[in-house]
Amino acid sequence: MRRISSAWLLATLAILLPVIVLYSMTVGTVSISMAEAFSAAVDSLFSDVDSAGQTQVILFDIRLPRILLALLVGAILASTGAVMQGLFRNPLADPSLIGVSGGASVGASLMIVFAGGAIESGLLMGLSLVALGAFVGGFAATILVYRLATSGIGTSVTTMLLAGIAIGALAGALNSLLSYFADNDMLRQISLWQMGNLSAASWAKVLIMALISLILLVWFPRDSRALNALLLGESEARHLGIDVQRVKRRLIVLTALGVGVSVALAGMVGFVGLVIPHVIRLLIGPDHRWLIPGSAMAGAILLVVADSLARVVVLPAELPTGILTALLGAPFFIALLLQQRREV
Amino acid sequence: MTLRAENISLHLSGFDLLRNVTVQVEAGKVTAIVGPNGAGKSSLLRVLTGELAPTKGSISFNQRDLNDWPVQQRAQMLAVLPQHSLLNFPFTANEVVALGRIPHQTGTLKDAEIIDQALKLVDAEYLQKRFYTQMSGGEKQRVQLARVLAQVWLPCAAGEQILVLDEPTAAFDLAHQQLTLEIVRQLAEKGVGVVMVLHDLNLAARCADKLVVFDGGLVAAQGTPEEVLSEQLIDQVFGVKAMIARHPVTNKPLVIT
Repeated sequence: MRRISSAWLLATLAILLPVIVLYSMTVGTVSISMAEAFSAAVDSLFSDVDSAGQTQVILFDIRLPRILLALLVGAILASTGAVMQGLFRNPLADPSLIGVSGGASVGASLMIVFAGGAIESGLLMGLSLVALGAFVGGFAATILVYRLATSGIGTSVTTMLLAGIAIGALAGALNSLLSYFADNDMLRQISLWQMGNLSAASWAKVLIMALISLILLVWFPRDSRALNALLLGESEARHLGIDVQRVKRRLIVLTALGVGVSVALAGMVGFVGLVIPHVIRLLIGPDHRWLIPGSAMAGAILLVVADSLARVVVLPAELPTGILTALLGAPFFIALLLQQRREV
Repeated sequence: MTLRAENISLHLSGFDLLRNVTVQVEAGKVTAIVGPNGAGKSSLLRVLTGELAPTKGSISFNQRDLNDWPVQQRAQMLAVLPQHSLLNFPFTANEVVALGRIPHQTGTLKDAEIIDQALKLVDAEYLQKRFYTQMSGGEKQRVQLARVLAQVWLPCAAGEQILVLDEPTAAFDLAHQQLTLEIVRQLAEKGVGVVMVLHDLNLAARCADKLVVFDGGLVAAQGTPEEVLSEQLIDQVFGVKAMIARHPVTNKPLVIT
């Protein structure tokens, strides 16, 4: 398949992203035109806070934080996916391979089943106990997988893949066990959480996510060339002057942090971390200096679009976002695979 | 003395892979390592390049212990071409060779020039924009050779450079085997020390200044090809009856089986 220029793709995505964010502001149960949105924005800037009307509340307290959360979660899931695929030298790797998703879902289920009524009341900076449980679970699982794969001679990527699968299976079993003992209400909460949902977005969540994204998007570019070298193999990367063990540990911790927080705040949004980096690689090639920012922007776009659709396809109700990312992304991915097959 | 393994032994999971091996690789010389399969040639390369720590003995590189060099600085002076590469991502040939410039800070323009020249040198210019994953085995190996050549393309201020090649000619046709050996000779004339594992004794005799013959983890003989290659040694190490003649043009030893 012929490549397109990476500068061109990055520029296109950079223009597309704000346009889609603006358009997404107008989409929802209450339809607000671009002109209305603009005058509401001007009003809220130049008038008293008290006079905020319904339009302002919808735009700036409900939609904007939700859109921004979708954007950041999409960017983090896709860029960590690109990093994991590079680190594992496997285009089918995704962040769930290091156990973070499985651990997070067990943590969330535990909280839903055992913390019962305290779930939405135990708020800490807008974070529910479920989110906290998910983050702790995800991080703990990652550390376990990493420890299992690390011996005196370093961390074996193969062992880590296997350990990730084992921990994932264990997490699946624990989840089923918890579901078995849960009552109907809890069961619904668990399954909703696992589908990924952005409807509970708040400015506090956006702030946390923005902070994490900043850390990741500052660090990842520094390791881009190391990831390129790692595609040759670990000893080749070492001969190119890369401190492989340190790079590996750093990238795994950053990924666990990013995905852990994403999953904690938005539930399980699958597909983005696996397919977006894959698609971007098909388009511009595997150079991580372009692949990581490209994936971040494309992941952000996919999640903002999916979440906009989730708000309107079954009006007046809403669909969980995670369902739509797969519904939107999978056909596109299949089309790309078919095209690639024709050209080989 | 550039890269020297002093009395090293390697003991891995119950096996003695190397026993009291002393080998020296000099700048500006070509050293070929030969020996039967499983004799310890690759183990020696892995120890010489710092990939495996020897159980006993020490390795010095440019007047320091090999492990005392910072990894990046070491990579500016020591390039390694493995026998097989795991790369299965669709980099172009250009991008693969560019990886060889990672340890250096010479700027994109200079790097692009080096990448071009390295690909030209290994007769892979026509592969520049082609995807690595779609190349033949020989083409892939030539691109990888260009990558390690790019890594030691310019002399390094920190010390003398060494290029390590593990069976570089295994995937090549006759013409590219000759080309590789020519490149290796040119590199040695520029002052780089080359150490490589070869299976073809005649290629080794033609190209190398020094031959190290391995057998069962021990050095069976080392010296110039003329000193080392004898009918008796080939029988003893490989178990093959051979005759040693002289090449009519180069006058180098010629092993006839």
